Amino acid sequence: MLKLPIYLDYSATTPVDPRVAEKMIPYLVEKFGNPASRSHSFGWEAEAAIEEAREEVARLVNADPKEIVWTSGATESNNLALKGAAQFYAGKGRHLITMKTEHKAVLDTCRELERQGFTVTYLDVMENGLLDIDVFKAALRPDTILVSAMFVNNEIGVIQPIAEIGEICRSKGVLLHVDAAQATGKVVIDLEALKVDLMSFSAHKTYGPKGIGALYVRRKPRVRLTAQMHGGGHERGFRSGTLPTHQIVGMGEAFRLARLEMGAENERIRMLRDRLLKGVSDIDEVYVNGDLERRVPHNLNASFAYVEGESLLMAIKDLAVSSGSACTSASLEPSYVLRALGREDELAHSSIRFTLGRFTTAEEIDYAIRLLHDKIGRLRELSPLWEMVQEGVDLSTVQWAAH
Amino acid sequence: MFAPIYFDHNATTPADPAVIDAMLPYLSTQFGNASSRHEYGRAARRAIDEARNRVATALGAHATEVVFTSGGSEANNLLIKGATACLKPGLLAVSAIEHPCVIKPAEQLARRGWTLARVAVDAAGRIDVDDYAAAMAHKPRLVSLMLANNETGVIQDIEALAGRARAAGAWFHTDAVQAVGKLPVDFRRLNAAGVHALTLSGHKIGGPKGAAALIVDKRVELEPLIAGGGHERGLRSGTENVAAIVGLGVACQLAAERQAALAVDLGQLRGKLERGLLGLGATLFGQAADRLSNTVYFAFAGIDGETLVGQLDRAGYAVASGAACSSANPEPSHVLRAMGVAPDLARSAVRVSLGRGNTGGQIEGFLGTLQLTVGRLQQLTAMAV
Repeated sequence: MLKLPIYLDYSATTPVDPRVAEKMIPYLVEKFGNPASRSHSFGWEAEAAIEEAREEVARLVNADPKEIVWTSGATESNNLALKGAAQFYAGKGRHLITMKTEHKAVLDTCRELERQGFTVTYLDVMENGLLDIDVFKAALRPDTILVSAMFVNNEIGVIQPIAEIGEICRSKGVLLHVDAAQATGKVVIDLEALKVDLMSFSAHKTYGPKGIGALYVRRKPRVRLTAQMHGGGHERGFRSGTLPTHQIVGMGEAFRLARLEMGAENERIRMLRDRLLKGVSDIDEVYVNGDLERRVPHNLNASFAYVEGESLLMAIKDLAVSSGSACTSASLEPSYVLRALGREDELAHSSIRFTLGRFTTAEEIDYAIRLLHDKIGRLRELSPLWEMVQEGVDLSTVQWAAH
Repeated sequence: MFAPIYFDHNATTPADPAVIDAMLPYLSTQFGNASSRHEYGRAARRAIDEARNRVATALGAHATEVVFTSGGSEANNLLIKGATACLKPGLLAVSAIEHPCVIKPAEQLARRGWTLARVAVDAAGRIDVDDYAAAMAHKPRLVSLMLANNETGVIQDIEALAGRARAAGAWFHTDAVQAVGKLPVDFRRLNAAGVHALTLSGHKIGGPKGAAALIVDKRVELEPLIAGGGHERGLRSGTENVAAIVGLGVACQLAAERQAALAVDLGQLRGKLERGLLGLGATLFGQAADRLSNTVYFAFAGIDGETLVGQLDRAGYAVASGAACSSANPEPSHVLRAMGVAPDLARSAVRVSLGRGNTGGQIEGFLGTLQLTVGRLQQLTAMAV
């Protein structure tokens, strides 16, 4: 028996894996000490658990545990990385480069830095959602100090060429920050090999709890940051505040499971995603958004032309999906990511993001395919536009009368 | 092996079973992102709204005045940096005994065009009235004074102090992290007296670590610390930590319900502990002041506090030698220094902070252990001399 609605929104958040929750709970109950308490076993026990989790996070991305700084989530990590590096290195230059398809946590932080006197170049991406390396090279300036590029896009799942971007940044002496919130457990991340200086992580996108994230801060060559949260000097001064032990333990376990299971899991998810893609591709006028090859297997983002987006979401409410990223879906603006791909507003409005995960089943995918066929067929039967298209009218030539 | 007895409730508290029960669904089936529009997301949003109402009701505030953060440190940083970012640089007044998460942001501002007044305290740890009046005479734009101190438990007369700050035209913030659950804290009443913002934290009151709140009068303009997505009415971006926020809501409700009876119970235990300590020849800090009924801060002259708490830990009692956050710091407590305590005596300081579940029997056992331990250490010291 299927549980409805079917959750296909794993890029918005993931359930906490039961194995993760099980590890967390003792740290709410009997192992409740403040990890900063140095005078008793309650504190030491909590601190030991935090260091073990730090090792697990580091191991997933092949980093040194000393390079991992805990934060409250990827949004805070992105803020700390961008403001912390920009403010610390402002004497070297005041120019930053990022992409128009970044998460709001990066874009809004860049806007704030502009108000602080920095200049930011927001690069266009290609039609497939990927960064054009030549466009990137041309944007670099002598006063560029920092580049921020996301590893995996939250809406369309495309994987940016981080290795190439890193080589270019390093050769120019420019710092590279990578938002990897959507990448952990989905793509292999090797920070020994990648020339990345700062990397943001989130637990709740990888079957860990909400409220915890981390920032990787490279030690060789050493990257320095201006702290954004001041107080007791936790996290070697990078980020003050009592560490939430249970959440950190959860993130450690979630990242450990990701390291052990991502290979097999991603193949299973890829088969399910391809099954979904095949299942919807015999619907007329379906357009996949973003490159299909250089993309995580979890994501399918498709536009269903001649179907109004809000009506579509209502019609398929048995599917918990998203039309644009969760953080911005309260607004009725079409997705800025899809617009950056050059999608016209109509198609952007009728787009659905399906993101699959650890607990998605073939049965759920088959249900989704049937539902989409059924509902899109019905919505189009009601659509005068669809009728005109069927009659061979080229809508782009139609003169619409104003009301 | 017996379980150690926990006497460090000002550092952190165990989560209450009712808090954990309320949180668990949000760590399993109710896992939605509160910004998602589908049922999973809406359920998460409803849970956050309910938690916000619980916090507001428990603290006598309006739900729209509650801003959730990742902790008390973040809430204090948000208020100090966020409010000053919207003001012309001028005078900022904080007390000399504030938590580092108030003092450090204030020192940051002092490097960016603000003038910092560190208001002195008297020997008992109370705000020095003359020094405070002198600071108010210079018309500060923002004043931040803690309601109750984490080390000494000394309670400030916040309503009177806020009234004077209001007369001087300042925004007034109080860090109430240690006060909530131990004293009646009513934001509406404080607000009427001139308090514009208040910080509270979940893990000090039987809630989880990772959730706290800033309660803030809507007239106070704030620049967010964390940008990106516009959560918490634009004041604090980032996916909401639903489980911890739910836990915070329940913890605040329980704290308000239990506060009066708990204060009486802990006051009795503390009386017993203090009588015993005085009998053993200890110095008690802040004794002349009004203090939280759970906190005892004491010293045995000539006995190093770090050494004593280490021995007590081995004997099964978890106590602190200073604030947890700065325990790694060998410097004597800045709070005791501000009270004029000599550095040598300050290095002997030990804090016991009681909480729910502590018993009279535990106090008796502790006093017995302490007597033996102190006696042994005194002998060692005498031999060394």
